[in-house]
Amino acid sequence: MEKVTLKYRNQQWELPAGMTARDAIKKTGLLPESVLIVVDGELQTDDVILKPGQQVKLVAVVSGGAA
Amino acid sequence: MKCRKCGEKAVINMRQHKLALCREHYLAWLPEQVERFIEKYKMFTHTEKVLMAVSGGKDSLGLWHILKTLGYNAEGLYIGLGIDGGAGYSDESRALSEAFAKEHGLILHVVDIEQKYGATIPELAVISNRGQGKPCSVCGLNKRYLFNRVALEGNFDVIVTGHNLDDEVAVLMQNTFNWAGGYLARQAPVLPGGAGLARKAKPLCRIYEREMTAYCLLQGIEYIYAECPHAEGSTTIYYKEVLNQMETDRPGTKLQYYVSFLEAKKAGLFASVEDKAVLHPCDRCGQPTSAPGECAWCRMWDRVRLVKTTVPVSPESVSLL
Ligand code: SF4
Ligand SMILES: [Zn+2]
Ligand SMILES: [Zn+2]
Repeated sequence: MEKVTLKYRNQQWELPAGMTARDAIKKTGLLPESVLIVVDGELQTDDVILKPGQQVKLVAVVSGGAA
Repeated sequence: MKCRKCGEKAVINMRQHKLALCREHYLAWLPEQVERFIEKYKMFTHTEKVLMAVSGGKDSLGLWHILKTLGYNAEGLYIGLGIDGGAGYSDESRALSEAFAKEHGLILHVVDIEQKYGATIPELAVISNRGQGKPCSVCGLNKRYLFNRVALEGNFDVIVTGHNLDDEVAVLMQNTFNWAGGYLARQAPVLPGGAGLARKAKPLCRIYEREMTAYCLLQGIEYIYAECPHAEGSTTIYYKEVLNQMETDRPGTKLQYYVSFLEAKKAGLFASVEDKAVLHPCDRCGQPTSAPGECAWCRMWDRVRLVKTTVPVSPESVSLL
């Protein structure tokens, strides 16, 4: 099966290609609301279908300390 | 998905607004939104002098960029905390802030706490014994104090911070879980100031954290992506994740929570718990304090000087600008 690689901070997942980015994010256990999707360097909406061999970077949007 | 304005390929879909936009229209839309809230909540005007609290993160650099785009007169203030965490957190965030200011021709003031006062924030936390081993309490105390002093010394009309909607709802959730009436009464897009306190404003109070990240990515703004090492496991992050779970299931939950809170407050729901603490000038430094005699900042540095000889005898007289 053809795969696509998702990276988030220092974690990485290999998932089957052909699903939407939103479904892929759900499979990683991350929340779609907590990340942005950058495919081969371009920001994308989460309905994009992930294709084999693509580099998908999930950019964390959550930050914050106590003050 | 297509941009609602031009039909080109969208780069962001904001479910809470039922709005998808392309790069070009998003980069025009976000500053318009920020301007709308600056005006709606009467934060500041184009003729006022703005002091932007710059941390090197996405919110402060993104907001500084937006303020410049909108033609506001905003100088930055970066406070060097001396936090390393094995990854040179403070050094990197300072370098990114300075590079940003240079690239955009903006004035950035830097106050390095160790250089001015002889100890870093992590050292202060240990020596002063405040905050149960976490530096966040002394960090917050120093930031609040120094921002106010710089604002007064430099004749700024307002201090602007990059607190976004997610920051605001995380605090709101914490305060409603504790029914912390006094805090709820004080949480607002703008705090008027007076009696030695500078006005404070949060132009991003209705902008999602996700929207700020997208803005920085699309503008090519290089911000510090790593967290402050002391933010790990913070309650703020915990509440943000819980809220994002709700937002994923029901888009708009966070915005609705915040906006209805502001409406309830306007209708007087928290009027009876508004705290009427009287502020008076600190005997030493003259900054406003609710404590009698000396303020918490002056007392803290006094304790630290007993242990660290590098701390000046009168930290309150060190000039900042
Ligand atoms: S996480 Fe704590 S120590 Fe780090 S910057 Fe925020 S308040 Fe300061
Ligand atoms: Zn468009
Ligand atoms: Zn004082």
